[in-house]
Amino acid sequence: MELISPTDFAKEKVLAIQDYASLAGHSLTNVFKHPRYLADTLQQADLIGVGSLPIVILAGFFTGAALALNTSATLEKFGSISLTGQLVSLSMVRELGPVLTGLMVAGRNSSGMASELGSMKVTEQIDAMRALGTDPSKKLTTPRVISTIVMLFFLSIISDLMGLTGGFCVAWALLGLDANQYWTTAYQSLVFQDVIMGLTKPIVFGFFIATVGCYYGLTATGGTQGVGRATTQAVVTASVLIIASDFFITRFLMVALG
Amino acid sequence: MSNSLITTPDVQSVNADGDQIAIAFEHVSIAFEENKVLEDISFTLKRGETKVILGVAGTGKTLLLKLALGLLRPDSGRIYVLGHEVTSMKEEDLFDLRRQVGMVFQESALFDSLTVRENVAYPLMEQGNVPPDEIEKRVREALRFVELEHTLDLFPGELSGGMRRRVAIARGMITHPEVILYDSPTGGLDPVTSTTIVELIVKGRDVYKTSSIVVTHRLQDAFVMATHYFDKEANMMKPLKDGSRRDVHTRFLILRDTKVIFEGTAAEVVASKDEYLKEYLS
Repeated sequence: MELISPTDFAKEKVLAIQDYASLAGHSLTNVFKHPRYLADTLQQADLIGVGSLPIVILAGFFTGAALALNTSATLEKFGSISLTGQLVSLSMVRELGPVLTGLMVAGRNSSGMASELGSMKVTEQIDAMRALGTDPSKKLTTPRVISTIVMLFFLSIISDLMGLTGGFCVAWALLGLDANQYWTTAYQSLVFQDVIMGLTKPIVFGFFIATVGCYYGLTATGGTQGVGRATTQAVVTASVLIIASDFFITRFLMVALG
Repeated sequence: MSNSLITTPDVQSVNADGDQIAIAFEHVSIAFEENKVLEDISFTLKRGETKVILGVAGTGKTLLLKLALGLLRPDSGRIYVLGHEVTSMKEEDLFDLRRQVGMVFQESALFDSLTVRENVAYPLMEQGNVPPDEIEKRVREALRFVELEHTLDLFPGELSGGMRRRVAIARGMITHPEVILYDSPTGGLDPVTSTTIVELIVKGRDVYKTSSIVVTHRLQDAFVMATHYFDKEANMMKPLKDGSRRDVHTRFLILRDTKVIFEGTAAEVVASKDEYLKEYLS
């Protein structure tokens, strides 16, 4: 393997960040420019949103169920088993719903975008698109970014609901909690700040998932092997960004919202 | 070396003859890291003319086409396409200009998730103001031109290499662009299919009067283009008769070691005394 000097390595990384920032910036500013590819955006929304629905429902349901089951033993020690609804509700809405949905969609769609665009890149289809007078940033990136942000927002809400339902199933069937008690504590424990936090995160995560997937796809080189590498890198980077940004968003909103 | 045959346009001449010149390269150079690929390249493509670019592999033939389309920027020099200086244009402004130039890629570069109909219709769809009936009519017309009307609903993956190349030509021609750039249109094809592709290029030149740059390393294709014309009535390509004064507007440009070493007609290249050219042609 060829050794690379630290200076060249640093330059390479700075250039990559610059390219990513440019792609991410254009993906948003393109919304205000013509032409707008509405049909492509709807198609992507269907692929990302409807396509991810089964895994998001299953992941949300079983996460909520496992959460209720795991915490019940501790809550029982303090005689607070009736707070299961509150615990599941806060955990799902503030944290687990958006993060798990983000990771699921990153695994499914960030990789999909990187492999699709990467294949187009190595077979000169991106160059052909530019040669035919189409801006790939407008035609390929922006529809994916917008549809991922919008669909992840709704998928996170669905995941929260499914998590609460999973928690309820366990609380009702295994812990003997009353349905009214579970749903009342789950509902009443949520405050405005929790909901804002739970709905802000998917917007940021959606942006990262789509821009990272598109970036790795559009910069893929080296044939099919390069496409495979881009796909893996996209999933890893998007997942790390989701988890890291989750901490900073939580901290920021806790300070901002009090 | 036939230095006397190499044209060296300058800004003033390009501007003065802007209406007559489709593409002009002025002292264009480009290197990748330390590796110089093109150095001080100058030539012009007149309207209605076909310029066949020849040279061994790795001499930067494809690069010339990408530079002309503004897909890459030269390190120095200027490039004019249809009167616009592409080297100083922003990427966003280039998209409008590129719609006036057709391009046929080496590996066809058809969109593999779209059908042949959608691929050929793509440039018209991008214009945004062409009615669906008109698009359908023109797609059929373009596919009829390349004799592939029956493949409308097939995907590129279902076509042979030669058919894909012909679909790419249909896509490049559907907007009736003033200039078409062909990147090794016959590369990797059998002789019969190659002749079909060359016939289509000659048809485009003689029927639509399209200006074109054809990059190829196949000498036989270049000479067929320079020695044949398209007979519209017979709907086939025919050889020029001996002593014919018909001008087929086809000139050769040969690259070697980053530079243009020859520019002229087929007859001039054959008559050249240059040792390299003699060896290249043999």
